[in-house]
Amino acid sequence: MVENRPWLTVFSHIVLLIGVVIIAFPVWMTFVASTHDAQTMLRSPVPLLPGPHFFKNYREVLTEGYARTSGIPVTIALFNSMVMALGICIGKIIISIIAAFAIVYFRFPFRMAAFWAIFVTLMLPVEVRIVPTYGVVAGLGMVDSYSGLIIPLIASATATFLFRQFFLSVPDELAEASRVDGAGPIRFFLDILLPMSRTTIAALFVIQFIYGWNQYLWPLLVTNKESFYTAVMLVARQATAVDATPSWNLIMATAMLAMLPPVLVVIFMQRQFVRGLVETEK
Amino acid sequence: MATVSMRGVRKSYGGALEVIQGIDMEITDGEFIVIVGPSGCGKSTLLRMVAGLEKITGGEIAIDGRVVNELEPKDRDIAMVFQNYALYPHMSVYDNMAYGLKIRGFTKSDIEKRVRHAARTLEIEPFLERKPRQLSGGQRQRVAMGRAIVREPKAFLFDEPLSNLDAKLRVQMRVEIKKLQRQLGVTSIYVTHDQVEAMTMGDRLIVMNKGVAEQIGSPIDVYARPASLFVAAFIGSPSMNFLEARIGSDGSLTLDGASLRPKTRIDPGRAVTIGIRPEHLSVGSGFDLQVELVELLGADTLVYGRLSDGKALVVRLPGNEVPRIGDRLPVKANEGAWHLFDSETGKRLGAA
Ligand SMILES: Nc1ncnc2c1ncn2[C@@H]1O[C@H](COP(=O)(O)OP(=O)(O)OP(=O)(O)O)[C@@H](O)[C@H]1O
Ligand SMILES: [Mg+2]
Repeated sequence: MVENRPWLTVFSHIVLLIGVVIIAFPVWMTFVASTHDAQTMLRSPVPLLPGPHFFKNYREVLTEGYARTSGIPVTIALFNSMVMALGICIGKIIISIIAAFAIVYFRFPFRMAAFWAIFVTLMLPVEVRIVPTYGVVAGLGMVDSYSGLIIPLIASATATFLFRQFFLSVPDELAEASRVDGAGPIRFFLDILLPMSRTTIAALFVIQFIYGWNQYLWPLLVTNKESFYTAVMLVARQATAVDATPSWNLIMATAMLAMLPPVLVVIFMQRQFVRGLVETEK
Repeated sequence: MATVSMRGVRKSYGGALEVIQGIDMEITDGEFIVIVGPSGCGKSTLLRMVAGLEKITGGEIAIDGRVVNELEPKDRDIAMVFQNYALYPHMSVYDNMAYGLKIRGFTKSDIEKRVRHAARTLEIEPFLERKPRQLSGGQRQRVAMGRAIVREPKAFLFDEPLSNLDAKLRVQMRVEIKKLQRQLGVTSIYVTHDQVEAMTMGDRLIVMNKGVAEQIGSPIDVYARPASLFVAAFIGSPSMNFLEARIGSDGSLTLDGASLRPKTRIDPGRAVTIGIRPEHLSVGSGFDLQVELVELLGADTLVYGRLSDGKALVVRLPGNEVPRIGDRLPVKANEGAWHLFDSETGKRLGAA
């Protein structure tokens, strides 16, 4: 809209500001809580401005952990989360781009059946199939391992579908030109299709990284050893400690740290996004 | 450089309908062949069968004497220029042109030499580092040409390469492509639906209609002796005038009071369609034309009118002759300019 109506502008800004405050306030409170000591956090009123214990709290969670519930430092949990999130996200992208390539560019028997089989699994989230999945993973001895954390979540119908849609929008002539140029299917995939999919890959990376990072139920089931706990698990476990008054300052410091990597991914990848959108490929 | 032979080439897409219904043609070394016809007649399909992008249902295609029916496009040693150019969007102009050579295992310096040479020929040297999206349509067209010529293939295949350009650029590129082809001497097959392109570029034309080659011949041949009603109507602008007539008992036919004598003998009583091009009519005593519409094209004047029996006729006059609407204009036909066609089969019967 290019209309210039000052009151409308003021009004829409107020609405947006309210929205931002509603979303940002809890995050702010989390940050504030992570910079006070435990006593301050248990007294009312709860402070609204940061306190002096920022470095002390963060050093404590990063090096020692929140000893009363789990003995592991947050660094280890962050590392575990990173391995899991990257594993899931990169694995999903690789598997789905190859699956989509097969479905779009090759004529093989039961091609549509394969496509629909993948498509139908869109309707089955992890939670629905979690019990049989656990059975399989336990049977294969993959409990308490990175492969156990990653592999069951690595197939993605959504990503396959997105890549398929993108490949369908690539003009057929491009594939034909590369055939005339002498490129076989693999070269066409690596030299032409993959570079052209950059934007889609960047978008999926963001979405799937956050998806992987935020996994809670599956890591909870498949890990027994604390050394395989993920950051999201730590936050939840600390908050539900029953035996003592929770140290909110440390819990919130852990939460801030667990929030950080997805935020960084979004901030960093956003640039790729925008570049991809501006440089429309024809 | 090579010959291309098509022997009884057929194509169907599974269904009963044959998209290409048996085409026979021998293309000699270095010839520029234009496939022309209306939309959907199978031009692209035929070209793509030569390229190897479309399976051949029947007959065979040979390039340089070798039957290529079962060969992959890359093994046929052809290069193709697509209507939408099909440049790789993420590669620079240089890489676009080098890609085919790289795959074929040419050395870096060889590639460099060939690409530079082609770029110089096509005057796209300043753009070698640019991406296709940073080029105008005409420049992309040149890059697509460049990608074809660096490979030095046996044959060039063009599928309506100019149809995305504006009219002026199209004329310019048409001349350049033709010149380039002469210079390189590479056998070329060029698909277009534009008859001006067809007439000006082709050494020989294939005029196609619904999967059939209606006529194969030089542009002049196709213009002067169209083999069928379809070809007669398709080639030439404005289109040929057609009138229904019947051969009289003496073998001649009468038209609006005038009598015509066919140069070849035709059975009396036969229904024929006679045709004459607007440019072969001029002012003079013959028929009377009731002028209904006049179009001034500058160099020419097109006069649309009716004969006394109500039949429509278009006449092309020099630009300085401008009849008034409603006038009676006497027109006569040039000597021997009438074409006779069988009304039923549409085949050419002769001239008159
Ligand atoms: N994959 C296909 N499956 C079925 N029919 C097809 C297929 N491709 C083309 N056809 C049919 O074949 C006929 C010829 O198509 P073709 O593309 O060769 O036409 P064309 O002469 O190139 O037309 P245009 O000038 O519009 O490009 C058309 O009737 C089209 O419907
Ligand atoms: Mg076509």
